[in-house]
Amino acid sequence: MEFVFDKEKNKEKIENFKMFIQDHKDTSGVLMPVLQEAQNVFGYLPLEILQLISRTLNIPMSEIYGVATFYAQFSFVPKGENIISVCLGTACYVKGAQTILEEIENQLGIKAGYTTPDLQFSINSTRCVGDCSLAPVIVINEDIYPKVSKDQIKGLIEKYKSEV
Amino acid sequence: MLTLDKLQQIKKEHRPVLEARLREAGNVDIHEDGSIVLNGDYYKKQVRIALKNCGIINPGSIEDYISVDGYSAFANLLFNKSRADIIEDMTASNLRGRGGAGFPTGRKWAEAFKYDDDQKYMICNADEGDPGAFMDRSILENDPHCVLEGMAIGGYAVGATQGFIYVRAEYPIAVKRLKIAIEQAKELGILGKNILGTGFDFDIELRLGSGAFVCGEGTALIESIEGKRGMPRTKIHRTAHKGLWQKPTIINNVETYANVPVIFQRGVDWFRSIGTEKSPGTKVFALVGKVEKAGLVEVPMGMPLREIVYDIGGGVQNGKAFKAVQTGGPSGGCIPAELIDTPVDFESLAKIGSIMGSGGMVVMDENTCMVDIARFFLDFTVEESCGKCVPCREGTKRMLELLDKVVEGNGEEGDIERMVSLADTITSASLCGLGQTASNPVTTTIHYFRNEYEAHIKDHKCPAGSCAALLEYFITDKCIGCGKCAKACPVSCISGKLKERHVIDQEQCIKCGACMEACPPKVSAVIKR
Repeated sequence: MEFVFDKEKNKEKIENFKMFIQDHKDTSGVLMPVLQEAQNVFGYLPLEILQLISRTLNIPMSEIYGVATFYAQFSFVPKGENIISVCLGTACYVKGAQTILEEIENQLGIKAGYTTPDLQFSINSTRCVGDCSLAPVIVINEDIYPKVSKDQIKGLIEKYKSEV
Repeated sequence: MLTLDKLQQIKKEHRPVLEARLREAGNVDIHEDGSIVLNGDYYKKQVRIALKNCGIINPGSIEDYISVDGYSAFANLLFNKSRADIIEDMTASNLRGRGGAGFPTGRKWAEAFKYDDDQKYMICNADEGDPGAFMDRSILENDPHCVLEGMAIGGYAVGATQGFIYVRAEYPIAVKRLKIAIEQAKELGILGKNILGTGFDFDIELRLGSGAFVCGEGTALIESIEGKRGMPRTKIHRTAHKGLWQKPTIINNVETYANVPVIFQRGVDWFRSIGTEKSPGTKVFALVGKVEKAGLVEVPMGMPLREIVYDIGGGVQNGKAFKAVQTGGPSGGCIPAELIDTPVDFESLAKIGSIMGSGGMVVMDENTCMVDIARFFLDFTVEESCGKCVPCREGTKRMLELLDKVVEGNGEEGDIERMVSLADTITSASLCGLGQTASNPVTTTIHYFRNEYEAHIKDHKCPAGSCAALLEYFITDKCIGCGKCAKACPVSCISGKLKERHVIDQEQCIKCGACMEACPPKVSAVIKR
């Protein structure tokens, strides 16, 4: 799904960011520091912010995308507060990790590699985490959950969900 | 304004404070000539130039740095030496680039000095990315001022007024300490306009990398500072002629800059008395892997590998047999046990197919599979290849596929030859150092450990017992039939009656090793073979 950038909520951050661009506008080679600042402030590079950068610095979007996709540190999808990693190593896979992953995807309504719109959860699928005898394993933030079953997923997600 | 007198006064006032603090800590020896060295066996065989202040001074205090003669070389040169003389001394010292290639620093400086331009730049390459190397990080975190001083001296010599430090964003502490150090130097008047009243201006700006290994290559780094994709340039001109924004630019590595002030403090002759004729001075190595005492070691060039691994590093862990040492990270090669008496300097390492590189030194024991190591480094290069030139982008990927095939037991007759010929093409046709050296881990392991490749391909065995696909787990007759392994097995492929010997179904086994862990240590009936 497409992630929606909430301009209202980020109003203050956007204002500060605009100031940052203005302050550094005349530095040569400014695009990198500006993208780094955006990544720091917003946690990722929202389309709206890239357009803002493009307009203010007079750099075409194509060039900005070229730079932003080159470096590993820039991301176009925000990371959630809680990161759920599902091990898809052989042992976990054989024990049904794929159905666990699908269950998590269904519960949260997003695919692996994405983040929920309320920024609470991201799903990652990972290679073997080295706990084969405990398969299937999922890791939420730094907590390891061994021998997970499909019915446990709902409870686990509830546990990490913060009250809104 | 800062004057020479004031600099000396700071030193006089602050030195006793530093010495008192160090005496209390008790981990250093203060010699009569004023030098301070860390005590303990680990440091006895080391000669520390680039790391001389690490662990001794407080990196957040410019007074501490001045107390150990910091900035004295820079101040002295500003007043007493012409630019041409400084460059001549630099050339005479024969300090070679510590980033890995070993290009003589003096020649680089002389070239930039030669070109007349309204603006020249000094860049410090602090984009240390080799897996296993962390000497630059240590210098930046523990002695940031020595890098600033080295850059300022170079800037004065070649006539540059602006410096950039390109540092990895993955080193947040280094970034923070550099920021503080630059602030302090500006406040005191070591950096900025009209330094010490001599009319020389020099400023340093910090630029952060964003996670691209290739940006450690000089021209890719320049592209990145210019705000573009960090891809290497076609080298029509040297960067000392046309570099950053097409202006004469000097790029030196962190460790190189850290050597500069010391050379001018103690003189060219002193520096040349350390190390070898063609590679004078010292080199910092990150001694890691299966070695007893891992850590940063700085030793004179030309020290035999054996002394570094055994006398300083304490030999191989757990009394295992020494098999090889890998130098130079993903661009380097594996040196086998029979060449352990090779002296470590630029020439000797090149002769045996490896490189000095940034100084990573990974010790490997009998349980390390050389094919797997080559695969590990290739995996890294494939991930980090920028994609600009075809030989590197496509070649490394094909090479990795061949290696994958071999470690998975699907190698075919002729694969070794295919890899050798592919390596030849990648090396000769790639645009930058990343591609030109990417095959080194493969070619050296084929050269020195060809039998291991052959064992993988012909016998489908991994002699080191490390490649999972070529192993089998086996339950010996020591089995007491407790059933713990069968319970642990994630794919339930172990069968057997209670109190009788169990059997693993090799067809079903996924080789996760859970049974080996589950087997009670007293019994240890499960073996890998």
